[in-house]
Amino acid sequence: MKKFIIACCFALFPVSVLAAGGAVHLDHIDVDATNKASLQSGAQIFTNYCMGCHSARFSRYERVADDLGIPHDLYMENLVFNDDKIGSLMTIAMTKDHGKQFFGAAPPDLTMVSRVRQPDWLYTYLRTFYRDDSRPFGVNNKTFPNVGMPHALLDLQGVQECAPGPLAGDAKLDTLTGETIAEDPCGSLEVIEPGLMTPEEYDQAMYDLVNFLAYTAEPMAEDRKRIGVYVLLFIALFGIFAYLLNREYWKDIH
Amino acid sequence: MTTDNVNANRRRFLIGATSAVGAAGAVGIAVPFVASWLPSAKAKAAGAPVKYNLSKIEPGAMVTVEWRGKPVFILRRTSEILETVTQSEGFLSDPTSERPQQPAYAKNEYRSIKDEYLIVLGVCTHLGCAPKHRPEPGSVESEGGWVGGFFCPCHGSKFDLAGRVYKGVPAPSNLAVPPHQYLSDTVVLIGEDGESA
Amino acid sequence: MNKMFSGLLGWVDDRMPVVSTWEKHLSKYYAPKNFNVWYIFGVLSMLVLVNQLLTGVWLTMSFDTSAEGAFASVEYIMRDVEYGWIIRYMHSTGASAFFIVVYLHMFRAMLYGSYRKPRELVWLIGMAIYLVLMAEGFMGYVLPWGQMSYWGAQVIVSLFGAIPVVGDALVEWIRGDFLISGITMNRFFALHVIALPLVLVMLVFLHIVALHEVGSNNPDGIDIKKNKDANGIPRDGIPFHPYYTVHDIFGVAVFLFVFCTVIFFFPEMGGYFLEHANFEEANNLKTPEHIAPVWYFTPFYAMLRAVTSPFLGLDAKFWGLVVMGGAIAILFVLPWLDRSAVKSIRYKGWISKVALLIFVISFVVLGYLGAISSTPGRTTAAQIFTLLYFLYFLLMPIYTRLEKTKPVPERVTS
Repeated sequence: MKKFIIACCFALFPVSVLAAGGAVHLDHIDVDATNKASLQSGAQIFTNYCMGCHSARFSRYERVADDLGIPHDLYMENLVFNDDKIGSLMTIAMTKDHGKQFFGAAPPDLTMVSRVRQPDWLYTYLRTFYRDDSRPFGVNNKTFPNVGMPHALLDLQGVQECAPGPLAGDAKLDTLTGETIAEDPCGSLEVIEPGLMTPEEYDQAMYDLVNFLAYTAEPMAEDRKRIGVYVLLFIALFGIFAYLLNREYWKDIH
Repeated sequence: MTTDNVNANRRRFLIGATSAVGAAGAVGIAVPFVASWLPSAKAKAAGAPVKYNLSKIEPGAMVTVEWRGKPVFILRRTSEILETVTQSEGFLSDPTSERPQQPAYAKNEYRSIKDEYLIVLGVCTHLGCAPKHRPEPGSVESEGGWVGGFFCPCHGSKFDLAGRVYKGVPAPSNLAVPPHQYLSDTVVLIGEDGESA
Repeated sequence: MNKMFSGLLGWVDDRMPVVSTWEKHLSKYYAPKNFNVWYIFGVLSMLVLVNQLLTGVWLTMSFDTSAEGAFASVEYIMRDVEYGWIIRYMHSTGASAFFIVVYLHMFRAMLYGSYRKPRELVWLIGMAIYLVLMAEGFMGYVLPWGQMSYWGAQVIVSLFGAIPVVGDALVEWIRGDFLISGITMNRFFALHVIALPLVLVMLVFLHIVALHEVGSNNPDGIDIKKNKDANGIPRDGIPFHPYYTVHDIFGVAVFLFVFCTVIFFFPEMGGYFLEHANFEEANNLKTPEHIAPVWYFTPFYAMLRAVTSPFLGLDAKFWGLVVMGGAIAILFVLPWLDRSAVKSIRYKGWISKVALLIFVISFVVLGYLGAISSTPGRTTAAQIFTLLYFLYFLLMPIYTRLEKTKPVPERVTS
């Protein structure tokens, strides 16, 4: 039996040959739902820069305030700009139809975008807008080519432009000099008109924003893990008794 | 299969211990199922306390506000009305509000925090109809004369202008006073006690 | 013994055969004493079924069946209902766990010949359970009304359009509309919540009744009833209760540890148990970049896509459906394809062992191919592995008869 299982394992190695490759390069971040300062900063950026067009209609203000450690009245004063109450869902005034009219496609709700796109993609996307005069809003995006969204965070990041850089994926190298033969004219991006933040500050702000979106996608994630530890410990305890009981009875056999 | 050398005590202990841990586990599993029946965040948001600006109410007038799906009567009582309230004591079942139909801060003569404003649930304590506000003296048939109050059309229960129930009517107790607090002289929050409640 | 018949138990037993049922199916049901780990998966299947039923009922309490409200109601359950997220994750993890456990349960039958006479009916009922389970899982996945729910439904329902003559009418009849809509979702809801669960529970009951009628098989594939002692009790048999009840409790504890590890630490399982695209609400005007069925259907999906040429005037799509259906149908006749002199893989010849290994590899590889996007190279691979899958069955009557088997023991081995 064991031999059978081992044989299966060896036989499956060649399968990796069929694995796919070749996607946009994504910068990696580690989200941290325990970092309340980061979440608060993210909530502020989301409310001020994104909620004009993007709702978070599955999330409630009260839950966000409580989880982020913001007193209700402070939250209402600084982060709720309409008649909504603390218990309301985070909806916006722009309707889907208006959104479609203004932008070609209605700006999607972002409550769970982090579970759909994953944090690395969002973090990279928010930092790879660049000037492109052929586009309706004058910007394009390396991670999401021809996206319909304007660069809502332009004030903070400043204007980026294409600059030469290495080709993504398999770069062709000169075997003598080791230099890349072909270059991508938009292989890297450079800030040519500074915004309110330095690139480091902007990266941090985008981390905070994506961290917040990862939180809204699954606000109970920390509870889930915490309760999970207790559940597993309990099952292990039960398992010990079950094992002893089983062993006791099976002494009768053979 | 041999059942000769069975250590019955150890077996009994292990069965007992495993069952006890198992029972605890069963309770643990039941927790999310039972808890999921508690009011959800959506229900709590819809049932959240309601603010009302009292300066909108004319003296002697009554407005109805909704809280948790129930009508809340806010009656602005003039000093004349307050006098009639003290006069009708003899006809009432529970003039000193002994039955727990109100928070401690409303267990007084006028059943309110501020004498001027009566805040009660507009739900007859008999079977739940909404009583009608009948402020005109004599507008309702009543032993000793009607000085003004609430009259329930369903089965004829009567309450005075402090929401206290008359004797000899189907309703057993005074109109309930909901938890509430004043956020300022003119703004009341219905549905939540104040810190010093 | 007489004491038992007094009191409450006696009163009930006079009116309903509780004691004899207890004895027949538990305390005097003699099961082979050499069950190994492969024998836990039947019990685990029942446990997961109970989990799905209980959590399913609870989800129904808060679920909104309208197309407009369904997706939002799932998030309502996750966020607003107290501990709703636990119930949801128990149900979604349970769905995948059900298939893992059922596939391993079926594999046990293939290993030890548990489908051989006199257990062919147990196998057939089991196959019916598998079919119903696939329909149940498919319909359940549509309900959250995410992008994958919608487009998965779109692809699978439109498959039926490949059937000649009646195809298009059939698709419209299944949908109840001109496109996949809330109308389709509502009827899937009714079938998923009550009709199929009722059928499933009845089939599981019949499955166990049929099994108990002939008795359980064992890893050596020998008949323990052939060797009874003076009291008529199989020498290699032990009463199911208390020995296997107590054994299974431990097995359940191990399973629950793994199950809860997934629920509380990996509920999405890398996008295989809860697909990433399904966290976006269904949009009939926006097709996701990559539509794949949920992991437990991917082997069959790979077979479907592997058929690329039309034949006899019918599209490749139709033949793909035939091949896919055939792959499941052929499992039904397994009891009659296996002509070996012995039941268990332990005593079969090397050809059977190699064939089973190739079968498992094919199934797993097809599963992988079905989950990823197709390329010409991958399609060729899928074609090869589909052929290998079928050859396991089609050549079985030959290789099981020709190969040299080992002699089976008289008594069970551990």
